[in-house]
Amino acid sequence: MVLSHFNAALLFSVFASVVFGITVRDTSREQIRYGLYCFAMFMGGLIVAGWVMWALRH
Amino acid sequence: MREAATLARSERNMATTPTRRDPVLAKNPSAASPSTMSVVAPAVGWLIPGAGHLIQKRWIRGLLLMTSIVLMFVLGLLMDGRIYRPNGGDILDILGFIGDLGAGGMYIVSRAMDLGHTIVPHTTADYGTKYLIVAGLLNFISVADAYHIAIGKKS
Repeated sequence: MVLSHFNAALLFSVFASVVFGITVRDTSREQIRYGLYCFAMFMGGLIVAGWVMWALRH
Repeated sequence: MREAATLARSERNMATTPTRRDPVLAKNPSAASPSTMSVVAPAVGWLIPGAGHLIQKRWIRGLLLMTSIVLMFVLGLLMDGRIYRPNGGDILDILGFIGDLGAGGMYIVSRAMDLGHTIVPHTTADYGTKYLIVAGLLNFISVADAYHIAIGKKS
């Protein structure tokens, strides 16, 4: 099975965010919010890192 | 005389300790026998990801944790990820082994069935290796969470 870089990072973000959300916060609402926050941070970091690498190369 | 007074005071303190714990026990019924559950839940949770939550009746959390960690580990195997062995050689190999070991039962089964690779066969397989390690590390976090629920620290 070969995933693209983006798909691999996307799946990684989903799984890690679910676990972080559940384990770090107490109530269901807080867990969902924190999970979404982690997912957004993962994806944001991914896109920023991608553009930084693009800028370094050019 | 003074020693007897100290002893009596300490006995009184011991007698009041359970009453202080009562609100926690009332809030979290699963903490009724914290000593047993605080050992069983992390052990079961390590062997089967999410099971530490399931035996404490946290069904949705347990199933979500189980799905996430198991899927991550299986995807790591499907991506030809490397399974580390306890060879005690390179420090990075040891760290990789500790990460893999967190997956508990899945690591034992994959070793028994000789799944995974000992070397990374192609570039993208390195993602698989990272998936396997992170699945184990996430399971460590899940085990700690199951323990906190068992001792009544978390609802």
